[in-house]
Amino acid sequence: MAEEVLVFGAWGSPFSRRVEMALKLKGIEYKYIEEDLTNKSPSLLKYNPVHKKIPVLVHNGKPVAESLVILEYIDETWKDHPILPKDPYERANARFWAKFIDEKCLSAIFKACWGEHYEHEKAEKEHEKAVKEVSELLQFLENELKEKRYFGGETVGLLDIAANIIGYWLGVFEEASGAELLTREKFPKLCNWANEFVCVTAIKENLPARDKLIAYLRNRFGAGNASK
Amino acid sequence: MAKNDVKLLGVWASPFVMRARISLSIKSVNYEFLEETVGSKSELLLQSNPVHKKVPVLIHGDKPICESLVIVQYIDEVWTSGPSILSTDHYDRAIQRFWAAYLDDKWFPAMRRIRGAQGEERQELVDQVVEGLALLEEAFGKYSKGKAFFGGDQIGFIDIAFGSLLGWLRVTEKLGEVKLLDEAKTPGLVKWAESFCADAAVKSVMPETEKLIEFSKLLMAKMKGAPPPKN
Repeated sequence: MAEEVLVFGAWGSPFSRRVEMALKLKGIEYKYIEEDLTNKSPSLLKYNPVHKKIPVLVHNGKPVAESLVILEYIDETWKDHPILPKDPYERANARFWAKFIDEKCLSAIFKACWGEHYEHEKAEKEHEKAVKEVSELLQFLENELKEKRYFGGETVGLLDIAANIIGYWLGVFEEASGAELLTREKFPKLCNWANEFVCVTAIKENLPARDKLIAYLRNRFGAGNASK
Repeated sequence: MAKNDVKLLGVWASPFVMRARISLSIKSVNYEFLEETVGSKSELLLQSNPVHKKVPVLIHGDKPICESLVIVQYIDEVWTSGPSILSTDHYDRAIQRFWAAYLDDKWFPAMRRIRGAQGEERQELVDQVVEGLALLEEAFGKYSKGKAFFGGDQIGFIDIAFGSLLGWLRVTEKLGEVKLLDEAKTPGLVKWAESFCADAAVKSVMPETEKLIEFSKLLMAKMKGAPPPKN
């Protein structure tokens, strides 16, 4: 029986890359469709009419949207290399932190890197506040990692994949904007984890090129707060 | 299992706490409900949910679980002898999770802002909420397959996620003087809402709309003077 797996994504998006990382980890073949987000395809609008966003996974014609929902679907459909633990408490924990990353971290990181535009004096204070917030959020993740190699334990799990924003994109945002957020001094465990994370084959093969991403970010958001 | 093995930290008015209570009820789990005082946070709450400092928190044994939808799934996965809350089919589960996320990320935040908004912004929010209800009506038609709930014969994940918000929907309609759930536009949902509120697992934990209205007025008054109390 032929199985068809489609992934609608955008090359720079950590969210669609999450889906690809999970599929690659499990050795699942799929067809990737790059979306131009300024000119969304009729297929995307058909498969995700509610949000009209990527990523969307289409499995044998049936669409699934929202990256964290897709990750769980992938785990439940293809049993090789499980990304969620069996224990309900550990599963709850992974879900909690994945939601934390999406709800809190990304917007805080953006604010610390590119901020909002205020007159000069206020900008300094707002920037400090934003950096402090990111620091607090990262500290939670640092504490959660403890002595584990990955958030998922010995192997990459759902939370590691969800944390791709921290593991790769954050470093790119920092370079593009000049912000300094994930420092080795303050977050040694998280930094070690990030280094390990980007070396995992299924992850490495799914990271957008650094230079291309930096150029895109600078073009879209400017050179950032911290550059003078 | 001893009653004090399962505790739930919550407040009576919170729709998110209600989700946990409905789920525990469906599974016939005995638990101790620890009511937080509005405007202050107990030591236990701060210890068990240091990240968000919010209710609900389920404490099972000595393990805290936070975030209402995470809690509901946890309850479903631990107490397997009771009726299932999420579908056994993994595609249907993805659909259920999708709609629950939509309600929490888009629909409810828009609805909450209606009361405090004015003019064009207010109208935009109302339009968003009404459009959302049209989408949910369509989803209901599709997934209920003629039965009373999104979950079919029994309350399921979407029912819990959405139904818990009905109280505050009514408050918004009353205090905001706006009709959101309209029999003419979304007859399926209107009927569904009645069935949901009448369900045994829901009835005892659904706050009365009048009480919520009073509570809401109190909150709005406080917000005008002081920083808003936690959600």
